[in-house]
Amino acid sequence: MSPKAAVKPVRIVMAKVGLDGHDRGVKVVARALRDAGYEVIYTGLRQTPEMVVDAALQEDAQVIGLSLHSGAHMTLFPAVVEELKRRKATDIVVFGGGIIPDDDIVALKKQGVAELFTPGTPLQEIVAWLKQRFPEGG
Amino acid sequence: MKVRPRDAKQAWKEDFESSANRRDDGIETSTISGVPVKPLYTSEDLPSRPEEMPGQFPYTRGIHPTGYRGRLWTMRQFSGFATAQETNRRYKYLLANGQTGLSVAFDMPTLMGQDSDAPTSRGEIGHCGVAIDSLADMETLFDGIPLSKITTSMTINSPAAILLCMYLAVAEKQGVPFATLGGTLQNDILKEFIAQKEFIFPPEPSMRLVVDSIEYCAKEVPKWNTISISGYHIREAGSTAAQELAFTLADGMAYVDACVERGMRVDDFASRLSFFFDAHIDFFEEIAKFRAARRIWARWMRERYGAQDERSWKLRFHTQTAGVSLTAQQPELNIARTALEAMSAVLGGTQSLHTNAMDEVLALPTDRAARIALRTQQLIAYETGAANTIDPLGGSYFVEALTDEMERQAEVYFKRIEELGGVIPAIEASFFQKEIADSAFRYQQELEQKRRLVVGVNEFMVDDEQQIEILRIDPKLEREQVERVKAVRAKRDQARCTKALSELRKAARGKDNLMPYILEAVRAYSTEGEIMGTLIDVFGLYTEQAVI
Repeated sequence: MSPKAAVKPVRIVMAKVGLDGHDRGVKVVARALRDAGYEVIYTGLRQTPEMVVDAALQEDAQVIGLSLHSGAHMTLFPAVVEELKRRKATDIVVFGGGIIPDDDIVALKKQGVAELFTPGTPLQEIVAWLKQRFPEGG
Repeated sequence: MKVRPRDAKQAWKEDFESSANRRDDGIETSTISGVPVKPLYTSEDLPSRPEEMPGQFPYTRGIHPTGYRGRLWTMRQFSGFATAQETNRRYKYLLANGQTGLSVAFDMPTLMGQDSDAPTSRGEIGHCGVAIDSLADMETLFDGIPLSKITTSMTINSPAAILLCMYLAVAEKQGVPFATLGGTLQNDILKEFIAQKEFIFPPEPSMRLVVDSIEYCAKEVPKWNTISISGYHIREAGSTAAQELAFTLADGMAYVDACVERGMRVDDFASRLSFFFDAHIDFFEEIAKFRAARRIWARWMRERYGAQDERSWKLRFHTQTAGVSLTAQQPELNIARTALEAMSAVLGGTQSLHTNAMDEVLALPTDRAARIALRTQQLIAYETGAANTIDPLGGSYFVEALTDEMERQAEVYFKRIEELGGVIPAIEASFFQKEIADSAFRYQQELEQKRRLVVGVNEFMVDDEQQIEILRIDPKLEREQVERVKAVRAKRDQARCTKALSELRKAARGKDNLMPYILEAVRAYSTEGEIMGTLIDVFGLYTEQAVI
């Protein structure tokens, strides 16, 4: 039996899409994921869907985490999923966070966003979700 | 035999420490900002200083000798959504319900200085405020609302000068002289670099625009509050109360420095500087913060800046209850949170107040939620008796001690900022950004470890969360707004517009005050995006270093 190959940590691109600059949430989540052993790349503010997908491909990321607080999630989150399809990178998992009403969560999941976290979500819940999606890494 | 009576304080101490009946549940007893508090405060905690009085330097107890016996605070609900027409309807509704001042919320494209038909405006139009592209939209926004009868606050920063000029142009059309206009422009770019991140130009030209508007208004619109130096966004981004206080006042001093450098006399502009704070959920800490803010500002203005006019010493502030304290879980509880926060603002002597609606954690407020929020202020004003006594907590052992502690912590920060070379170098070194992110993370960990409880979030949850009705923005409005801006461009006197923009470009390269040039561009129906684009050509764009 060969020794188990070293597990490559899961790489996550965290991005603020849209025009708003409210970065408290994305920063707190990014730190928590880093502390949980993930490799986190934070892109900064005002990323277009194209820029986010570029970053994810360049960084060889398995996950994209999107944050948005301006109410444009129904336009911009699906736009990231579409861009991944266009670039044939649908293996990258997209999750999102922000002020998102329940009905929108249902609609976004149908459009290919894997999971959405709203204000008040314990950080451990996000970590647990990632562990479940990627039992091998992290 | 005579028994000496036990010293009351000593006896209490013994009773407290020997009591078996003390909570030991691991919940923090420090303030939400982490300031340790004692179980009891006594006369020993009172500072030894001459008795302070309201309306007298250093104004710890309030800037007016009459408090709310003179005039109640202005109930100023921040609102704006969808299009100018929809928002105009909401304003008339709020005014009809007893609101006493307007406060405009702009959508993200407007805040970021771009037109509704810009590619990156897609999905953002009218979502978190009203979409304003040109003077035409501003005319609609205030249609049937006489600017001579109301005061208006406008929450806008990088493009603040443009929106102010649009307001002035509407006043011209209504025949209202500039000298009689009252209102407030947020115009606080420093806290954008520090916390809210709606910057566009680099710090230096950004500061030039701020000083241009202050200088212009000092002459032309003397009753206008040219800036609202804001701690709100700093706090919402995760700072502590003391950081909010210190960073905001440090920003205030940076604006004073910039105006003095321009050659203005402190007393010619200082009385029109105003402030904007958060009212968070830790009741006494907030009251102490408001009281300390007045005292610090008065001292610095008199002693460091040599202001002679008493009005220059008086810190006037608007307050908004803490958006970040609202919970998506059991959202009706937000009514109670907001009421308590609003009470702290009133006990802290605020000049005007916005109370959040319970559903703002989910979307923009519905009419019903907006009315409950306004009614909460009316209830505090007219039912509770809180407005009947000036600074009712003055002399409280606890509140006085905490006021001193807030002041002490702020002074420590002022020294650190000075060591870093001032506010702008500190921004460029990410000092504020890191301090705030650290505080936000510390608080989040306390929640995770249940050392702090938030009702409905990490304790006292319910299984069946009820859905509440929320306001939806019709996607049709986005298309209509895009058509509207295109129609404005097609209809206007293009030659006048082109000339105005080219004059503005020339002036931006030089040293002239840009306000008259912007006003002319606005009158010519140049769009916000065109005016900003002209300035970006000259000033460039700022990008921040992303720190986690």
